[in-house]
Parts: sequence; C-alpha cells; structure tokens
Amino acid sequence: MAEAHPVGFQWVMEAKRRGATVIHVDPRFTRTSAVADLHVPIRAGTDIAFLGGLIHHVLETGAYFEEYVRAYTNGPMLLREDFADTEDLDGLFSGFDPETGSYDTETWQYAGMTATSSAGDRDLDVHEAERGQMPGSGGAPIATDPDRDDTMQDPRCVLQVLRRHYARYTPEKVHEICGIPVETFRRVADALVENSGRERTSAFAYAVGWTHHTVGVQYIRAASVLQALLGNIGRPGGGILALRGHASIQGSTDIPTLFDLLPGYIPMPHAHRDQDLATFIEANGGTKGFWGDLDAYVVSLLKAWFGDAATPENDFCFDHLPRLTGDHSSFRTVMDQAEGKVPGYFVIGENPAVGTANARMQRHGLAQLEWLVVRDLNMIETATFWKNGPEIATGEMRTEDIGTEIFFLPAAAHTEKDGTFTNTQRLLQWHHKAAEPPGDCRSDLWFYYELGRRLKARVAGSDDPRDRPLQDLTWDYPVDGTGEPSADAVLREINGVDGEGKALPGYTALKADGSTSSGCWIYCGVYADEVNQSARRRPGAEQDLLAPEWGWAWPMNRRVLYNRASADPDGRPWSERKKLTWWDGERWAGPDVPDFPVDVPPDYVPPRDARAAKAIGGAEPFVMQSDGRAWLHAPAGLADGPMPTHYEPEESPVGNALYGQRANPARQRFERADNPYHPEPGTPGAAVYPYVFTTFRVTEHHTAGGMSRWTPHLNELQPEMFLEVSPELAAERGLTHGGWAHVVTARSAIEGRVLVTERAKPLRHGDRVIHQIGVPWHWGPNGLSTGDAANELLGVSLDPNVHIMETKAATCDIRPGRRPRGPELVTYLADRRRQAGLEEEQR
Amino acid sequence: MNPVNSLSGPLADPAADAGYAAGHPPRVGFFTDTSVCIGCKACEVACKEWNALPADGVGDHGAAGDVLGLTGMSYDNTGGLGASTYRHVAFVEQRVPARDSAPVDLGMPSTDLPGAVQPGADREDATEVRWLMSSDVCKHCAHAACLDVCPTGSLIRTEHGTVLVQEDICNGCGYCIPACPYGVIDQRQGDGRAFKCTMCQDRLGAGLAPACATACPTESIRFGPLDELRERADARLAELHDRGVGEARLYGRDPDDGVGGDGAFFLLLDEPEVYGLPPDPVVTTRDLPSMWRHAAGAALAVAGAVAAAFLGGRR
Amino acid sequence: MRTWIEGWPVYRQLTGPDKLGRGTASRSDRTESLRARTQDADRVTQSICPFCAVGCGQRVFTRGGRVVQVEGDPDSPISRGRLCPKGSSTLSLVTAPERVTTVRYRRPHGTEWEDLDLDTALDMIVDRVLTTRRRTWQETDDEGRHLRRTTGIASLGGATLDNEENYLMKKLYTALGAVQIENQARI
Repeated sequence: MAEAHPVGFQWVMEAKRRGATVIHVDPRFTRTSAVADLHVPIRAGTDIAFLGGLIHHVLETGAYFEEYVRAYTNGPMLLREDFADTEDLDGLFSGFDPETGSYDTETWQYAGMTATSSAGDRDLDVHEAERGQMPGSGGAPIATDPDRDDTMQDPRCVLQVLRRHYARYTPEKVHEICGIPVETFRRVADALVENSGRERTSAFAYAVGWTHHTVGVQYIRAASVLQALLGNIGRPGGGILALRGHASIQGSTDIPTLFDLLPGYIPMPHAHRDQDLATFIEANGGTKGFWGDLDAYVVSLLKAWFGDAATPENDFCFDHLPRLTGDHSSFRTVMDQAEGKVPGYFVIGENPAVGTANARMQRHGLAQLEWLVVRDLNMIETATFWKNGPEIATGEMRTEDIGTEIFFLPAAAHTEKDGTFTNTQRLLQWHHKAAEPPGDCRSDLWFYYELGRRLKARVAGSDDPRDRPLQDLTWDYPVDGTGEPSADAVLREINGVDGEGKALPGYTALKADGSTSSGCWIYCGVYADEVNQSARRRPGAEQDLLAPEWGWAWPMNRRVLYNRASADPDGRPWSERKKLTWWDGERWAGPDVPDFPVDVPPDYVPPRDARAAKAIGGAEPFVMQSDGRAWLHAPAGLADGPMPTHYEPEESPVGNALYGQRANPARQRFERADNPYHPEPGTPGAAVYPYVFTTFRVTEHHTAGGMSRWTPHLNELQPEMFLEVSPELAAERGLTHGGWAHVVTARSAIEGRVLVTERAKPLRHGDRVIHQIGVPWHWGPNGLSTGDAANELLGVSLDPNVHIMETKAATCDIRPGRRPRGPELVTYLADRRRQAGLEEEQR
Repeated sequence: MNPVNSLSGPLADPAADAGYAAGHPPRVGFFTDTSVCIGCKACEVACKEWNALPADGVGDHGAAGDVLGLTGMSYDNTGGLGASTYRHVAFVEQRVPARDSAPVDLGMPSTDLPGAVQPGADREDATEVRWLMSSDVCKHCAHAACLDVCPTGSLIRTEHGTVLVQEDICNGCGYCIPACPYGVIDQRQGDGRAFKCTMCQDRLGAGLAPACATACPTESIRFGPLDELRERADARLAELHDRGVGEARLYGRDPDDGVGGDGAFFLLLDEPEVYGLPPDPVVTTRDLPSMWRHAAGAALAVAGAVAAAFLGGRR
Repeated sequence: MRTWIEGWPVYRQLTGPDKLGRGTASRSDRTESLRARTQDADRVTQSICPFCAVGCGQRVFTRGGRVVQVEGDPDSPISRGRLCPKGSSTLSLVTAPERVTTVRYRRPHGTEWEDLDLDTALDMIVDRVLTTRRRTWQETDDEGRHLRRTTGIASLGGATLDNEENYLMKKLYTALGAVQIENQARI
C-alpha cells in the first residue's frame, strides 16, 4: 500500500501512530513492509491457505463474534444432505463435471429450497457452458426463510460445515504451504483476534496481489468469511478494502465497459430463442432486498438510452440490447483477433501490447486486425507494434506484411476536461477543466459523442432493422464552443430524471412503469436537487471524518456499506467506541447515511408476501442479499466452490499439500500453441522452470508505464527494468548485482538488471527451498526509460468467475546475462520448451 | 541593535546576524522524521517540478534507448544531493538481528544499533531485514560555511534564516562546494553555477510551505518555524523512546553543535553514518577568524621580509 | 525603488547592519522580486489526480490558458493536500514535450506514420465501423437464438476514463450491437 497508494497510506501511518498494529503479508519485502510492525513473507499464490489458517484459528479457539455470526451471517443455515465438501472429495466440491470443467451448483444450496444468486445466476435457460459468464452480485434464496439452527451446532449448519472444511488448515500446514513460520502465524492470529470484537475492529486492504490469480475471487471471499466471523463488516475501522490501481477503475465497473454487465451491475442479457423483459427480470432479479427492484433499474436504463422510443408496448426496447453467448472477455477476444475473426478494435487509454498478460499474443491479435483506433496521451506500444514490436526484431513479423490500418488520435488530459472519477472507496469526484487540450487532442467524451453523432446521421434514413437501436438512441448533449459535449449533462442523464424531467433524488425513486429514467441506478442521487453532488468541495477540515459534503459516494452518499451491522440486532451500537449507525427509537441515526430502510425498526418482521426492500427484516443488515445475511458459505453465485479452498496456481513448483486436486478445477485455460503452460510439478520437464516469479509495481511508475515512462522526473527515480533476487538465488545461478540477467518462461524471455537484495528471502517448503523472483511490470520499448515488459513472461489462465488472469504467481528460470536477440530468441525459447517436453506436446 | 557577527557557536537568530531588522519572519526549517518515511520520493519529484530542475542524466527527451541507469543502491537512483537534486531519499537495506519481542511501533529491532549482520549468517531465524529511508536536504546551517566563503555575495542568509544561492549573482567559482560540511551544494554541469535547496524561497514569500513538505504523504517532512519544529521533534522522540524505540535520535537539532544547529534536522533510527550523514559536522569556517589572524600575521611578516629584501636590494 | 548607489552591495554592506555582506547587503534584484508562480496564476481549478484510485485532490494553476503548476488540494479530506511522486509529476505529464498532439495515421502495410486531418479521421472511422458491422452482423445463432450483434468490433478502455466517457462508450457500442467491450478493470 505504501508502494502503490502512498497518499492513502498516510491514514495507515496515522493509525499506527495512534497504536494500531500494521501487518504486511507479501511475497516481497516492500516499502510497506519497511514501516509495518510485522512483515509476513508468503509463497506467492498461497494466501487462501494462510487465510484459511486464520479461519481455522478463529473457529477452533472460539474467537469469532458469536452474536454477530448468529444474527448477521448464514452460519446457522442448514445445507442439503447431498452437499459434499473438498474434505470428502479430495479437493472437489459436489457437482463437478470433469468434461466441462465446471460445477453444477445445486447441491451447494440451503436445505429444503432452491437457491440461486440474484442479479445473474438464475437465467436457467442459458447453456451450461455459458453459466460462468453470468455475474452474481451476491443475492440469495428465492424462497422464504431456509431451515436454520440458531445454536449453530447442527452438523449440517454452515458454521459446522465451515469448521470441517478448514479442519486441516493448521498453523503447521500453513507453514508447510505458505512458508510462514508457526510463530509468525500465531502473532498474526493473535493480533487479529485481539483487535476484533465488540470494542475493536480490524481491516484488510488488498490490491491485485489478491485478484490476479486463478482463484482470485476466492481470495477475497476468504477475507470476507474471516471478517464476517470476526464481526468486522459494516463497522467503522473494519471491512475489506480494495485498493484499486487506476483513477476510475471502480467507475469502470460501476458504469462498465465490460462485456457481461450493464450499468449498475445489471447483467447483460444472454441469448434465448425468445426472452422478454419480464422473463429477464424474473431470471435475474430477486424477491427480497434491493435487487428485488431490478425491473425499475432496467426500465429506467432503457428509458435513458432509448427515450421516447422505449414504451411498455415494445418492452422498453429490451430487444435493442445485443445478446451474449459465452465468454466475450478481453482474452477470448484477443485470441479471436489472432485468428482474424475481429476486424476492428478501439483501444482507449490502454496499452495491451505491453500491459496485458501474454503480450506476444496481444500483438499477434493487433497484427491481424483490419483497423485499430488508439487514443492516448503518449505514443504507446499498442500504436507502434508494427514498427518496433519485439516480433519485428525476432523476424516473426515484418512491418510490410502487417495489414492493420491504425488511427492514433491524441487524447486530452484530465486537466483538459470535465468529468468524474470514482475512487477506490466508491467516491465520485468531479475534476474541472483547467485548460484547453492542445492541437488535435480531444476528450474521449468528445470522441464518442462525435462518433455517435456521425453514425446516427449516417443511418438516419435507414430502414434496416439493425439500425433501429442507433436511430432510437438518445444522443442530445449540449456542446460548448469547441464542440465539447457537456459532461455535466451526461452525469445528469446517468442520475436520471422523473416524468417531468426533474433530477431524481435517489434509486428508491426509480419506477418500472417507464416514468423515470436513469443511466446507472447506483449513481442515482449524484445529481439530486439539480446539483452536481460529485463537485461538492466543502473542505475536509470543516467536516467530520466521513466528510459527507466532499464529492458523492454511491449508493446514496453512503460511506460505510452495510452500516446497519454496526448495531446489534436490537439496534444498539455493539459498543460506544465503535458506534456508527443505530436505532434512535424512530429511525436509523448516526453520522453516515444508514444502509437500511431508514424507518424500518429493528423488530420488523416482513409479511410472507413482502418483496424487494419491504421483505428485509429489521435485523438483516445485508440488504443486497435476499436472505439479508453475510455469506460464510455461498450457496450460489460462484463458479468454483461455495467456500474458499487452497489450490496451487496454474504454475507452481510444488503440488497441493492438502488435496489430490492440485489447482482450481474450474479455472479457465487456453491450450494453444501461443499460450504454453509449464509442466506440472513432479513431472520431468518441471525442472526447466524451477523458480517462482511474482509481478509487482513500484511507487515511481504507473502500471505498464503509459503515463509514467514519458516523465523525466519519474524515470530518473526508477530508470531501468530490474529483477529482484535473493543473495541465495544469485549465488545459485551466478547472478551479479547490477549485472544483466534474463528470466525465461515457455512464453518468452525478458532481461533486466539484477538487484540482489536481502529483502528477497527464500522460503522453505518441506525439504525444498523455494526462490521467488520479483519482476516489475512498468517497462516497454517506448518512452524515456525502456525495457522488456513483464507481461511477455505470462501465460493466460483465468479465474472462472471474472476472467482475471494469474500474474502474481508463475514459474520461470533465471540466467545470467542478457537474453538472446533477434531470431535467436525464438530458437532459444523453443529449445527450452523442448527440454521441458512442451514442444512435442503442443506443436 | 546590531548583533555581533559570528562564524561559529550558538546563534539565536541567523537572519538578524545577516542584517535583517527586528520583525523579520521567524527562522523556518524542516524536521524530517525518517521513522515515518515510506521512501516514495514525492519530495524529490515535487521539488523538481516546482523548481523546474532537470532530471539527472536525462539527455534528449524522447531519445531511443536508456538515457538513465540503475545505481544498484537499493531503490536510490539519484545517488545523492546535487545541483539538480535538492531532495534525495536514501535507502538503507540491512540484515539485522530479529526482534524477539512483541511488535513495536516501528517494525525496527529493539536491540542497540548499528548491528547489521554480515551476509551469510543463517536467515531462517536470527535475522530479519531492515529498510531505512530518509529524505536528505540542505541543512540551512546556522553557521553556513558555503555562505561565508562565497566571494560574490551570491550565497546569502534570507529573512527566513535560510541559506539561498542567488543564481543571478553566482559566477561559478565553486568555493562553496568544498566548504559545505555535508557535501550538499554542487555545480550544475553545462551551467557551471552552484545550486542547492532554496527552501522554495519564492513559495515562502507567498506564505506557502516548500514543495517537498507540501507533497510528503506521511508528514515525514515537516516545515515550520524552527522553534516549533524542535518542540515537535522532542515530543516525537520521547514518544518513540516510550515505545521502546531506543535507537531513535535527533540529528542536527542541537544549536550547540558544530554548525550552530541545522535549519533542516532529522529524526534518525541509527547512527548518521548509516544514512550517509557526517556524524559530527563542523562549519568549515569555524577557524576562519583565527586563520585570518594567523594569515594577517604571516602576511605582515612576508610584507616585512619583502620590504626588507627590497630595501636591502637598494643598498 | 533603490537608487543606483543603494543598489550597490558594497555601499549597503558598509552603511547597513550586514557588515559581512551575508544577508541584506547582498540581496540581488532577482531575489527581491522572487514570487511563487502560483501567485501569478489567472485561475486555480480543482481537479483529481489521474493516477491511482486513492483520488487525491489536485489544484491546477493556469496562466494564459497554460497549466503552470499542479499540487495537492489541502481541502481534500482524502489526501489532505498531499501527493505521491506520480501525482507530483502531473505538471510534466500534461505539459510533456513528447506528448503527441496531432492525428497520426498508418495505412495498411505502411512503414511510416502519416498526417491526417482529425475530421477526416473521424469520417474514416465511421466508415469502417459501419462496414465492419454490416459484414459481421449476427442476427441469430445456429440454434435460432436472437443475437442482434456484431463480434467484429471490440473495444478496450483504460481505467482513467471518466464515468461520463464510459457511459457514452457503453451506450453507443450497445446500440451498435458490439459486445466485446472491455476495460482495464478486468485485466
């Protein structure tokens, strides 16, 4: 966090000054470790074993917050008799189909009912293979209260199932798998337990070190389970904090440019012979909780997009939405590009030629396009692969042979346009335009507005039905003298308006009858009272710690989600010290906006026929779940298991010490010549790639360097690609500090200067020493400081829930000296693959 | 009242010593608390951006290939203070004996230091890694030798008690460079003139804090009136000592030291040498008055001898 | 205004309190006239740092329509005026001499960049979108399921896009029938 979010880290340092204990768990000793109370080095890719060990500790010592668990989690819920755990099936849950590599999740559900997640997983008509593409936004059973045992002693209740699931995650096992000494593990466990409960809370902060794995979603789930057990959710100082890496990466999922989502986490519709809006709503909404109003959200979105053309008679133009038939995510698309199936590509402020795993595959995709539009501040590698990409040097591509037509359009900087970023805590902050962009530079808002305007003009007279959505699309935004559309007007459309055209106050005002519009239901309220709430800037010094009048947080300017859980079931704060939201006899009170129907008392029991928000009981804080509870066991919504389970990464030097099943059985793999994986541990070829590497960022650069490799003052601070190794590994491989070395995988080899550092420490795994190499990923061929890109090394294997790739743990070799150049590199890599037994296998 | 000019010893008000009338602004400075430094180098960048300093070693912008190089000194790639680097973050990596006690405030070993363990010792148990970071800067000494030796009047004491190079006056003679006991000031290649931290003199005039202190995410760099900073530093030191961080110490805070106390002083977690700081800096012009007396005596003697020679020659 | 004789440092040294010429007597005209360039800005605009997701407040100082300084916004309860090295480099980021400010065009099989008028570039892109869309249109799949889409046009956006930009992108692409719309948020 000190490395990649230094200014956010000021709050950690301040907490530490006030007595907080800061523990840093990371394969590498970083600038965060340097100021932490304790650094816990961990073998890359084994965090679920570590977190599972903590869950084990909490359950076996009885350290969980029992009243919280009983009332607010699904710990008491009973599971079906036919549910089988990984303990029963040696690393698999019941329902796994080895043919498709996917789970039928029915047996994971509560006893006596059919349970599926809201917002996504209930679309039963969808082909089995396409299920994985359906996001689950949480959610819960459709039916009424499931069977439960509030004593939490029944062997089939979730808490007991959880206890059995983690029974073997002992400190000794954690030591064996993660390389963490038992004593260190105990210190972490003690600190966590001592700082949780009624009077104290603990927080987890994570970044892509947890998400870039084939089991990334389950990493986060493991932290969720632990925090729910400890009562650290919905309370001040608690939570699981995602430290996102880009100015508006949160916004980019809220208002997604993602294939599987519509704004506000509404799933994109899947293909059916015939599906009307009502069926879609029924399949994807829930009956209880705020997803129960999905119809209002979807209809309001369609009204925002298609305006007067969207009527009840035509299902509000629901059929204008294109349909999905499976995985259309970035990696799948790039493979299709490489096969010549995708002629056109827009790359907007992104740099896949060096910034995405298996960069070579990315460039092969680019080279097979007919046309490519790149918009950026700088002349990034994605725009120049045809001129100076690594394949030009190796002779695998020739500039003259590449048929891709490329438009490089210079972009405006954030100082040159109005708009909102959504930061990592869901806070929308408006940035005001300070200067005109130079030359041809334009905002992306201008580009898409102009593109849409011209496209609409071109199809205006068309009678082709496929042009109807474009013709019906609302696209009237005021423009200023330079032709720039008003971002303010767009934000107001996102907020939405009522039948009289007045800005809506919040999403509870949305209607399913077509009388309201809203471009993104969770952002509804950002333009309440006709004021751009995101532009509010009352100084922090004039406000309390929550600073509610600075920017606007979705939803409803709420700063702590599920804050109803900061009070006990009767509505009293769990403790004075940690009070945030409480029942004052008439309403929910406190400094934050209550995350609960404000006048529903703690003792409210909904009638059996209640639905949506009205079906939430007064003591059910998790209002987005239709059982109102935090899930220790996820009866639906996940593709790879209801409880987090330790699996080894796609590539690791050792087998799974807990189960026969080595890696996530549901992970997404691509067996292709351009995406070779290393041999499994224990097979003869595995020794060719004996070490672990993990990618990382440094403070002085940003992601793949698109915004930092052109700035002299940053580049002098980290001027060259380097490789972090321990003195022991340096001795083993003959690497010299400051000299060159290259890292080799089956995909590629990259070079860098060797940084031999005591900070890198070999870990033990049984009688084996595991060496881990740190590979920063900021470099590429362009800019002021240049170097090989870490993404050359990585293959593509994905988390099955979200299609995120594994970059944080893979295997490799490291050798002294620079890598071979030109065509010799190709030969060199092929030789290594042959040694590993991969070439015959896959070519 | 005109205070007595002095070149060493305690000096309550360096600005007054340089002729600023009563009512001049209070002496300001930096207190750099390295125990909360995260080594992010925001200070280096903010300084260079504000002062429009060139990047060291960056030649033609946009030139193909590397124009910069890794120093191999941990994450420090600017190497030290210089004519284009007014703030510099040092990174010290050491293997030290492992803590055997419960966590202490700083993640630092509780044994006395320096106690770096030699490479090759067993790493499984008895040792751990320590990574110290510290942002160095011109000390703005109460007795600044650079200023005292400057023959052109380019180096002056400002109304804020800081030491400033006036770049419109500097003729690049370089006398100031060996005079600095900390090795701070330097000549810029291709320019010839001497440069160093100005404590953002232009910002001070506008009532703003220097760029580095403004940016510093963790308040490792604090700016303010020196008196207040000293109080704050004393309190912080006591706090750390209370928490068992016995190795914490202040550096440059003492007005009785060899430079009359630094305008920029530090809280360190080890001996100053570990950070590349001189342990006991002395203003290099401390002995200037006595040297002048000796020199004057010698000059008189020489003059007498020469005169005698001439006189003798005329005989 | 000092007279010529008062501007002479030696005179000031001899007549003033700074007998050793180490302060008031030696101050140059430049030193006397030093001003923070933020003082001379025409406008201060509140902005947000474009790098990571902490969302630090920035103040952008402009003069004559040009950005002359970017620093932390002390009003921000998120960042309290502080910036990291990347945030502190924002001035260089937005004023970099390397920044490309004209449209560059590479024709198929071309070996060099060419110039292209922005308006023409837009029209050419419109042509390609419509042509590709027509050619790759999928009305139904082979089971007769409705698709009404193209898989011939893909998009990958960075996560420094504004919400408003993402919104127009998703809205326009969806109306076009394009589905392979992705973002850094996944990768």
